[in-house]
Amino acid sequence: MTAFLAILCVFLIGIVVVQIGRVTELASKIRGEEEMQDRTNKSNASLMLAFMVVFLVASVYSAYHYKNYMLGYGPHESASAHGSTLDSMFKITLFFTGIVFVLTQIALFYFAWKYKADKNRTADFISHDNKLEMIWTLIPAVVMTYLVVGGLDAWNQVMADIPEGAVSTLVPQNDKEFLEIEATGWQFGWTIRYPGEDGKIGKKNFKLISNNNPLGQDWADEKNLDDMHVGEIVLPKGALVRVRVTSKDVLHNFNLPHFRNKIDAVPGMPTYIVFRPTKTTEEYRQMLKDYKEYQRPDPNDDTKMLWETFNYELTCAELCGKGHYSMRMLVKIVEEPEYRAWLEKQNSYYLSTIRFKDGDPYKDKLFDFEVKARKAEFDETLDKALAAQEAAAKTIRLTYVNFETGGADLTSLSHYELDDLADAMKRYPNLRIEVAGHTDNTGSPDANQTLSEQRAQVVYDYLSKAGVSADRMTAKGYGQTVPVDTNDTEAGRAKNRRTEFVILNQ
Amino acid sequence: MANAHVHPETQEERLIEEHGYDDHFHEHHHGDKFQSNFLTTYIFSQDHKIIARQFLITGMIWAIIGGLMSLVFRLQLGFPDESLAWLKPVLGKWITVSEAGVGTLSQEFYYALVTMHGTIIVFFVLTAGLSGTFSNLLIPLQVGARDMASPFLNMLSYWFFFLASVVMFASLFLSTGPFAGGWTAYPPLSALPQASDGSGTGMTLWIISLVFFVVSVLLGGINYITTVLNLRTKGMSMWRMPLTIWAFFVTAILGLLSFPVLASGFFLLMFDRGLGTSFYLSEIFIGGQALDHVGGSPILYQHLFWFLGHPEVYIIILPAMGIVSEVLSVHARKAIFGYKAMVYSILAIGFLSFIVWAHHMFMSGVNPFISNFFVIFTLIIAVPSAVKVFNWITTLYKGNIRFTAASLFAIGFVSMFISGGLTGIFLGNSAIDIQMHDTYFVVAHFHIVMGVAAFFGMFAGVYHWFPKMFGRFMNETLGKIHFWITMVGAYAIFWPMHYLGMAGVPRRYYRFDTFETFRHFAEMNKFITVAAVIVFAAQLLLVINFFYSIWKGKKMTNPNPWGASTLEWTTPINVGHGNWAGKIPAVQRWPYDYGKDGREFIPQIEPLKDGESDGGH
Repeated sequence: MTAFLAILCVFLIGIVVVQIGRVTELASKIRGEEEMQDRTNKSNASLMLAFMVVFLVASVYSAYHYKNYMLGYGPHESASAHGSTLDSMFKITLFFTGIVFVLTQIALFYFAWKYKADKNRTADFISHDNKLEMIWTLIPAVVMTYLVVGGLDAWNQVMADIPEGAVSTLVPQNDKEFLEIEATGWQFGWTIRYPGEDGKIGKKNFKLISNNNPLGQDWADEKNLDDMHVGEIVLPKGALVRVRVTSKDVLHNFNLPHFRNKIDAVPGMPTYIVFRPTKTTEEYRQMLKDYKEYQRPDPNDDTKMLWETFNYELTCAELCGKGHYSMRMLVKIVEEPEYRAWLEKQNSYYLSTIRFKDGDPYKDKLFDFEVKARKAEFDETLDKALAAQEAAAKTIRLTYVNFETGGADLTSLSHYELDDLADAMKRYPNLRIEVAGHTDNTGSPDANQTLSEQRAQVVYDYLSKAGVSADRMTAKGYGQTVPVDTNDTEAGRAKNRRTEFVILNQ
Repeated sequence: MANAHVHPETQEERLIEEHGYDDHFHEHHHGDKFQSNFLTTYIFSQDHKIIARQFLITGMIWAIIGGLMSLVFRLQLGFPDESLAWLKPVLGKWITVSEAGVGTLSQEFYYALVTMHGTIIVFFVLTAGLSGTFSNLLIPLQVGARDMASPFLNMLSYWFFFLASVVMFASLFLSTGPFAGGWTAYPPLSALPQASDGSGTGMTLWIISLVFFVVSVLLGGINYITTVLNLRTKGMSMWRMPLTIWAFFVTAILGLLSFPVLASGFFLLMFDRGLGTSFYLSEIFIGGQALDHVGGSPILYQHLFWFLGHPEVYIIILPAMGIVSEVLSVHARKAIFGYKAMVYSILAIGFLSFIVWAHHMFMSGVNPFISNFFVIFTLIIAVPSAVKVFNWITTLYKGNIRFTAASLFAIGFVSMFISGGLTGIFLGNSAIDIQMHDTYFVVAHFHIVMGVAAFFGMFAGVYHWFPKMFGRFMNETLGKIHFWITMVGAYAIFWPMHYLGMAGVPRRYYRFDTFETFRHFAEMNKFITVAAVIVFAAQLLLVINFFYSIWKGKKMTNPNPWGASTLEWTTPINVGHGNWAGKIPAVQRWPYDYGKDGREFIPQIEPLKDGESDGGH
């Protein structure tokens, strides 16, 4: 029914249109063609003039109305050091084009009105005027030259790479230092990587991308180990920042509208932007506060005004598929202390997600800082036990000493704790210990007894090789006889399989 | 007596008979073997005038489809939370209706609509519909030729376009949808079916269609060039050609040089899609899988694409410029001002159009140093463009302007070209482009300067030469209503977009409220959508007027109703195949002798009087 009515409507409109046409044709028959053409010339000439006035007023008024969205005007100030050069190019261009726009539109419509057909007049025969044409070739040429020179000057400044000899670091302190972060676009979002303590972003390879390695970082490159994946871009005000922009799948575009930055993310080819944020988010909010467009309640949170909820945003500006419009990420510019506090809360992606997992190429060794941490942990435990009075506290579990399943071979990371123990033995010359092996109840008790003895002996041998004299230690296997937890669950059994040492004398 | 059956009656016929060139066209053959039945007269016609009409009507159909698509996505942008359930009967599964009855446009289809709108309007309407129509209609008529150099290739040109149309139309009905990666079809999005539903079969059909289209353009273009160079009538020196012909001629050269590059770009894309090559692809991880492609560069495609893509915008606008020059001059009853400067501008624009392509790529990751050159060349284009504008305005100065639908649209064209051209000065300057690139500022710029302006040129041409095509007039009043609504409406649609762009609002967004920065403009977007609906409705005035007038329009009684001096108006009212019944007219003077020596106009076929200056033509 609706469809029928719609078709009927279209049909009726068509008839009306045709009738309008026929009426005017009849009128021209009655009045004569020339008379009609004369009338229409007059009315359309007047419309030309009216259009000119309305159009110019509307364009100037709307420009005034929306002035606060113009580059470099009012609240639409750039928040980066280079942004203002670009904004001033915009203003200069607006000035020149504005003049040309008004003058040419006026000339066009005014002449159209002024020189409407008149029966008593013929047009002048003016075929050309070389002088005039030369003038209006030269004027645009001069103006264009001016704009080109200004524009290129701005362009080459803005697109310049970081100054030669500058060093990348996580928290830049002076003009010789810059922060390099990496943004990777994918359908449909961004992954942002910070360099970590070394200030350097590690290598990546798209073939290595997997569920727990979303960027394909190559863990063999040690620069990767401290790199952090963050949920929002936080940058210290005033620091020089270089963003390396990459893409995992299709083209994206890394666009920070408030900072006047935009560059495509191209799979297979990193691109770069360099900028220096000059206003913190808070400062920008304070600036917006004065403008009435921002003194309205936020539609998403009406307890706050728009200026209070303002945030810098990262957007995608290159069509990348159906979710193109949703690739938002929050950008915060903060003072350096706040930046440091935020960095404290970020974790190395490698350490938090990859360390000791299957893909970790370093799972057979400890890094220096880990060795130090383990040693500190061991020493603290030992010192606590030495200070303790009760006998039960004198038994210390060697948490990181493990054996290959079913055998008496130490796993690759076990020696670190044994080294710590050997060191402690040297530090405390009176210390005497018993090395004790324990198993869970899997398998036969006899076999477990043998295994525990063998394992205790392996530890004993390691310590002895490390220089601990035989009279300061004994090795003993307890088999499955001294469980510390239930043997009915896997977690319990894991606790029961253990190597301990008991302080006999200190 | 060569043509015994021709009895000159009018002054024009006498002049042709007296000075014209006798090619014995009607002497030897008995009946027209190429136009012997309905099929060969109207369908597989080799007559350039019929082919022009075929291009025009096909273009109009595509314009309606492309326009309707824009309305659907404008509804989405203007009223993102309104139900579109009422479109379900047309769009089917692309509208999801929630349990509450709220219909939502699918994102994938939104992007398909945007993509198809661009492809259709740029290639099928403003290239085929504009250049295809008027180059075909006017080149033989205005240079004084019986037909194109190769009428058969000319016919093929239309049918390849038709084939392209059929393939593209079919892609609209695929279950995975038509191509949805933007009219520029940048890989990898366009190369990988995993990246987007439309990049599967939709993209395959898109490429096939456009390859057919390229064939069509090349067949047409080679014909236009050959005809202009070789089939000009006696006396028609290059400097006596109307500006329309200059424009079509340079347009055809641009097409001939640039479309093959586009085709090669497409072929490489096909290889990447189907044969496992890596011209455009490198280091891609998509759909949970690392692809084998390494070493290619998506930027290579952009270079190849824009090597066509930029000349393409001049392929669109130059014919419109030519038409406007002609129409303005005829209806202002005044010589076009600075004819030679106009020709040199066309040549300069044509040449420069080949060395500015990378201004579309300032932000694509090309070396910023390279951009310097493209900024310089791009802004230089403003100079010949400015010269043209000043010359059009001066053409009106001290004219005696007759307002018709055609002349109104020609004046509207100049206004649009100024407005849209000036914003190009912002975008061509790479520093400003950092902020403006891929925002609504660009959308506003190119829609005004090569969308609306080119349509205005086309409308001016349709209203002006309709009598030549169909022997009847279109209704002037409807034409003028059509003009005023479109003029005001087009500015209402595209002017506000500049402000969106200045605020950084990116184009090709499905909705804007995902970002705090972009959500300030809900009211403006509503306004734009309403204006777009009204402007689209106004175009139906043209469609109704056009088809009604073909059969019912006021009949032409005077073979030269506008008092124009060019050759096409020396043909009979009902022009047959071969254009002139007897001899081919010989040309004696340039085409813009309006208001000279106190006469309203002097036809090109009228010999110079003793002592009359030919003005260096």
